This record gives sequence, C-alpha cells and structure tokens, in this order.
Amino acid sequence: MGIVKTQKLTYEYIRRDEEGNVEGITTAVDQVDMDVEEGEFIAILGHNGSGKSTLAKHINAILYPTEGTVWVDGMDTGDEAHVWNIRQTAGMVFQNPDNQIIGQVVEEDVGFGPENMGVPTREIWERVEESLKAVGMYEYRRHSPNKLSGGQKQRVSIAGVLAMHPKCIVLDEPTAMLDPKGRREVIRAVRGLNQVEGITVILITHYMEEIIHADRVFVMDGGKVAMEGTPREIFSQVEMLKSLRLDVPQVTLLAYELQRKGIALPNGILTAKELADALCRVTGRKQHS
Amino acid sequence: MPIILDHINYIYGGGTPLEVKALDDICLQIPDGQFIGIIGHTGSGKSTLVQHFNGLLKATSGHIYFHGEDIYDRDFSMKKLRSKVGLVFQYPEHQLFEIDVLSDVCFGPKNLGYDKKAAELKAFEALRKVGLPMDLYYQSPFDLSGGQKRRVAIAGVLAMEPEVLILDEPTAGLDPKGRDEILHQIKELQKETGMTILLVSHSMEDVAEYVDRIIVMSGGRILYDDAPKNVFSRYRELEEIGLAAPQVTYILHELKDRGFDVDISATTIEEAAETVVKAVYGNRGGR
Repeated sequence: MGIVKTQKLTYEYIRRDEEGNVEGITTAVDQVDMDVEEGEFIAILGHNGSGKSTLAKHINAILYPTEGTVWVDGMDTGDEAHVWNIRQTAGMVFQNPDNQIIGQVVEEDVGFGPENMGVPTREIWERVEESLKAVGMYEYRRHSPNKLSGGQKQRVSIAGVLAMHPKCIVLDEPTAMLDPKGRREVIRAVRGLNQVEGITVILITHYMEEIIHADRVFVMDGGKVAMEGTPREIFSQVEMLKSLRLDVPQVTLLAYELQRKGIALPNGILTAKELADALCRVTGRKQHS
Repeated sequence: MPIILDHINYIYGGGTPLEVKALDDICLQIPDGQFIGIIGHTGSGKSTLVQHFNGLLKATSGHIYFHGEDIYDRDFSMKKLRSKVGLVFQYPEHQLFEIDVLSDVCFGPKNLGYDKKAAELKAFEALRKVGLPMDLYYQSPFDLSGGQKRRVAIAGVLAMEPEVLILDEPTAGLDPKGRDEILHQIKELQKETGMTILLVSHSMEDVAEYVDRIIVMSGGRILYDDAPKNVFSRYRELEEIGLAAPQVTYILHELKDRGFDVDISATTIEEAAETVVKAVYGNRGGR
C-alpha cells in the first residue's frame, strides 16, 4: 500500500433549502480509487466543481468518506484515533496565503505547527530553520509576514507545513492568487521538496504548465477520475482535455496546431526544447543542443 | 477621450513612518473603445490605480478628467461617475446577495433611480451580454457554478450601462475553459458596444490574446504603455519586475536560437503557428 490510498471513495452531501428540508443529494466524489507511492509527484486537474478539492480534503481527514475508505500511511482516516497522526503525516496548503498565516514574525508562524505537536523548544528552532531554508525564505525569518509578497507568503505557509515533518504535502491551488514570479517561486520550492527531501506531493492546479514535471496526473470530472497517466500521455489528448474544460500548456497547443497544419510532429510535446528538437528532425536540420 | 489622469500621486499613511508612495506621478489617457490590459506584480499599484478611475480613492495630488470635467471639483457628481465607470472587483461573486439572479443584477439600476420595470429590462440585457443561460435568471445566485456566479457579478455592473468597464482579475480561480469563456464574452461585449475596457490580469497569455494596449506598472509607476508585441519584446525587463512574457514568446526565442527563421514578435498561438509554418516550409523550399 502506498502513502495515500483510496478505495471506492465516495463523498455525498445533502443539499437543503432555507427551512432545512432536504432538496437532494450531490455526489462530489464518486468511487475514486487512487494509490500514491511514497516520493511521487502527483498532479490533480479538473474544472471548477469536478471534485478535486473535496478529494484533497479527505487526505488529511478534514472530510470523511460517505462510502469507501482512505488510508494515509496505512492509517484509516475514518478511525478517529488516527486523526492527529494523519494530519501530521499529510500536511495541507490552501489557495489563499493570508488565511493560513497567523504569526507576527515569519519564524514564529513556521514554529506554530511543531509547537502544537509538543516538540521540544530546541528542536522547534531546528525545524523552523531547516524548513525556511528548504523553501528559500530563511533570510526573511525575522520579517513580518504581512510585508511579504504573495509568493513569499505562500512559501512561508509551505514551510509551516514542512516543520511538522510530513511525509506528504497536499497543495490545493497554491498559485491561483499569485503573479508569474510568485508562481515560479512556489512551484520551484514544491519541486525541491519532492526531489531533494523525497516528500510526496499532491498538487491541485489550474495551470497546465505547473504539472509537466509530475510523475502522474489524475484528471477529475463529475467526481470521477476521467483520465490518468504521465503528463505526456495526458497532454497528448488535446481534444479530450478541452471537452473536460481544461487546456494544455501553450507549447503543446502550438505543436498541436502545427500538426493540424501538416507538420509531422509527435504527440504530447511538453517543452520548447522538445518542440525545437522535433522541428529540427522534421526539417532535416542539424541538431545541436 | 473619457478619462485623463494628470500627474496623479497617491500616498498611503502620509505623515507617518509607514508612508508608502503607491502611485508616483501617473499620467494616462484612456480614449473611447480601447481594450487595455494592466499588468504588474503583486503590490505594483495596479489595484490602487484602477480605484482612482471611479473615485473610490482620491489622489493625494494631481487631477483626473472624465469627459473633460475634473472629478475632484466640488460640484462634480461622484454618483454619476460611478455609474459611468463600472468596477468589477476580484472575486466579485462574494458580493452577490439577492434571492435570485435577476434581482441581484437589478440592484445597480434600481440604486440609480430606475423603476422596477426599467431596472429589470436593463438586468435582462446585461445578463444576455454576459451569456448566462436564460433558465438561470430566477435561480439563487448561490446555486450557480464559479464561472456563472462571476458572470452574474459582471452583469450587475453592466446593468448600470457604464461607458468604461474595469475588471480586476476577472478570471482568478476559474478553470481554463471558464477563463476563455469569460474573456471571450468580454471581447464580444467590447466589439458590440464599443465600451472601453480595462483588464487587470496576472496572466500574460490572456492579456496577449485579448487586449490592444498594455500598461505595465512597477513600484507605483508606469513602466511601459504600448502594444502587446512591443511590451512583450522586453521580456527580460519584465522578468526583472516579477512578470514574464507569454510562453509563446519563449518558445519562439528557443526556435530562433536553434536557427529557425521565425518572427519572435508573435504573442498568440495562432500568430506563432503561422510564423513557424512559414519558417519550416521556407526551409524545405530552400533545399
């Protein structure tokens, strides 16, 4: 069993009118089976309302399945005795950094999690230091969080989760409110955690460019997993993605348009370099890289 | 020439140690019917700037002219200005409050003094313009999807029939299809009504695709004010201030570096595809 496993996970909520009478039932997550290995970088795509955030909230026991089971590091999230262990194992970062930062000083904010867990004071400071270094925010440790940019705040939020020594981090659209530089900073930090620290990453996003380095991609639609595969496999299916209200990175889209104009390119080109290489092959140009 | 900004300065917390110059000597002309993009990193002054256009913030010094009238004159009607310059905030769906969609959109025109019937007519027209399906008009706005809610919120401003529409990140948090739909609808609206539109955005790709002119803000100043091609040709400078060019620009530079004769000023997928095809077939023809 991997670090995160779901079996026939279903989550329903009951809609009520103003008097509290039941109007109907919405199935937000519908029979999802997912098995994430430790150290993987997983991306979850899906249009607004496809169930991806609801799914994510099951991974650190904010929501419990209506049917089916979720295991985090072998612990069943339905078992209340495990709740605190699960939340330490799988940390969560949300969209709006302003809702997640509570400390007056960056290092205090990052220390909040381990302090709550009862970690000895000296070790808290060690964890704060290593977490801030991991996201490249150590030199801001004595700053006030509200003076930071959006990308910096979001990296402080990630450090706060990191200080709890999770095995897995779930990020729910962490870049939706950031400018291009902030987005780059956050994604670079997240990739670093995955590659250097070996932490399992589950990234939910609407930006297709952010997931080209993921090991596996899940595409959600109507609460179900509609597509699963490597970024290259997923982005090869331009029409299918469009029908799911999604998109592909601009370079993939450009390659797709060129294919339609009769240039023989392979499917699923993900980077500018790949496109240049492929065009060199097509035109018989000498390759130098 | 509906709006002219003449040496606008805006200072937060003036006279305190926390004094910040949020806008620094801004001069701008916004002619009729343009579709303008405003870009800049977080904290560059974009939102502060757009809140001056309808008088929500008052400049510390400088003048703003709307149709030649100084909006800071004592007898100038701010209420009229706010009905002519409509501002849609970030996450405008948080401001929905009525029991059904139509009532919510009627709120603006009713406030301007129109009777129920006239207000409803304006609301219908506004909802049509944002492309909301008619069977949703009598539903609770809270039962709609994220993209639909945002359309309702935009319609609420359109119902006041503004001459200038300002949208502060209208697509933040929407899925890619939702982003395209909203921006496409706004472009259609602009073509149909000739309205002036200012779009504040963090997405360089969106800005490149839709606008005629880009204003780049940095540190409270206007850094560039030019056509998208010219602005994005300075992508190295844009990166220095926390922005970027659309990905297409980087792709074309890579191809150029590898010896393909492409036009690096293309900023949309369509333009890029065209120049790459030309470069590729051109190469073949030469052999």
